[in-house]
Amino acid sequence: MRPHFDPGFLAGLVFASLVAFFLVGPVILSVLAGVTANYQRGILESGITLAWLGRVFELYAPTIALSLGIALATLVATLLLGVPVAYALAKAPGRLARLAEEALVMPVAIPGIATGLALILAWGAVGEFRTHWTFILVGHVLFTLPFMVRSTLAVILAAKLPALEEAARSLGAGFLARFTTVVLPNAAPGILAGSLMVVTLSLGEFNMTLFLHTPFTMTLPVGLADSYASMRLEIGSAYTLVFLVLLIPLLVALQWAADRATGAPSRP
Amino acid sequence: MGNDRLALVALVAPAIAFLIAFFVFPLLMMARTGASGPDGLATYLTILVDARYLASLSKTVLLAGTVTLTTLAIAGVAGVFLARHRFPGRRVLTAFLTLPLAFPGVVVGFMVILLAGRQGVVGTIAEALTGERLVFAYSLAGLFVGYLYFSIPRTVLTVVAAAEKLDPALEEAARSLGAGRWRVVRDVVLPGLEGALLAAGAICFATAMGAFGTAFTLATRIDVLPMVIYAEFTVGANIAVAAALSFLLGAITWAVLAIARTAAGANVAAAG
Repeated sequence: MRPHFDPGFLAGLVFASLVAFFLVGPVILSVLAGVTANYQRGILESGITLAWLGRVFELYAPTIALSLGIALATLVATLLLGVPVAYALAKAPGRLARLAEEALVMPVAIPGIATGLALILAWGAVGEFRTHWTFILVGHVLFTLPFMVRSTLAVILAAKLPALEEAARSLGAGFLARFTTVVLPNAAPGILAGSLMVVTLSLGEFNMTLFLHTPFTMTLPVGLADSYASMRLEIGSAYTLVFLVLLIPLLVALQWAADRATGAPSRP
Repeated sequence: MGNDRLALVALVAPAIAFLIAFFVFPLLMMARTGASGPDGLATYLTILVDARYLASLSKTVLLAGTVTLTTLAIAGVAGVFLARHRFPGRRVLTAFLTLPLAFPGVVVGFMVILLAGRQGVVGTIAEALTGERLVFAYSLAGLFVGYLYFSIPRTVLTVVAAAEKLDPALEEAARSLGAGRWRVVRDVVLPGLEGALLAAGAICFATAMGAFGTAFTLATRIDVLPMVIYAEFTVGANIAVAAALSFLLGAITWAVLAIARTAAGANVAAAG
């Protein structure tokens, strides 16, 4: 590596640090504002308080519970729908599989606002569905399914699973036995990374959910928008802090799982 | 063999049924709704010639384009720097640069308010320096900053991954042949990163075109396309136009991503 007093290195370091400052600075401000008694007067003068966080739980606890519930339900649905698809795509003949993959990825290529509107136009008038939380669930599954499929598919392809499975088959293992003892354990790192991705995306989904939600089914990000528009800055900040406390561990775990999933094939 | 085929179809069937019911069918319904207004099918023509929608469309395309180019420049430099150098604190710097990776648009909008809103730090600093409070969060400039904020992290990740695959020997060779720093960047590094930059740029552009949460948080007066769709649907109750505009928006983002995927794919294949 080049020596560190290289002017090019220093310029790069300063530049990257400034960009990092731009990205992290507001997050720090937000966290501080969430525990500051009075943001206008500053944290040093007005002191630290947990009162805003308490107020957030009074006002928005149902949104936090609903978002966690929807994220878990989305995870279950994408596992049930997505893992079999990834397996089938890995085994299916090339062109057909590519076509199916293309179709599957489409919901990600179209803005959530368009998908949300389309869902309302098609299903909004059907019985109680519109006001039920499963209406939001459908949107989230649509949007996150491609991530589960891709993440699982990548690991299955890298693990040379068809060959392993062929070996198991020649030893007399039936389809169910092969799926549970060969496919699932080998695809596990990809499924884990996909699962974390799905939960992270579902927890933060807003573009589509703003259309899909009703006053009875307000999710955390929709609640955040509500608090930014109508509450004091301190309450919006405290609410954001709650969201970050949920999100950041997921992001860290996701990074770890993604490294593990891509590193998997090189391990003995 | 036939049995295996059947098993594969059975595995895919639930997901396909789900997609048909909740994606294909709704999109068809939306296309039909777009033609259901007083203007009928001509609604699709109206949105392309009406001055208000045209202004919104061009503003959105221009904003997304500017955001994409700026993001590629910033994330390109930072990403290549991170890929090229090993130094203490590199992991922390990378973590900081990718922290807002999964922040929803609403949260990004709030970050912009904290930076440049009525109680923002930029305003406070500007007031201390010039005596005048600088507030630009609730305008197109605020939206631009917000879009940069959420585009930079994912683009940095893509660039780092691509730059680490580049062969440093090529740069050494160019340098030893007498090429200056800029020549090396122009003739060796940029061509090597072309596929990654194209793919990242397309995602950045498509996301900025359809992003809604940030604009929603900052102001309802910013008339980018997603905000116009929202206004037509909720306030204007002009559902046909909202559907037609959504269809147009979806077609644009889908086409941009598809073209970039084909181009980047061909690139990868050509590099062999």
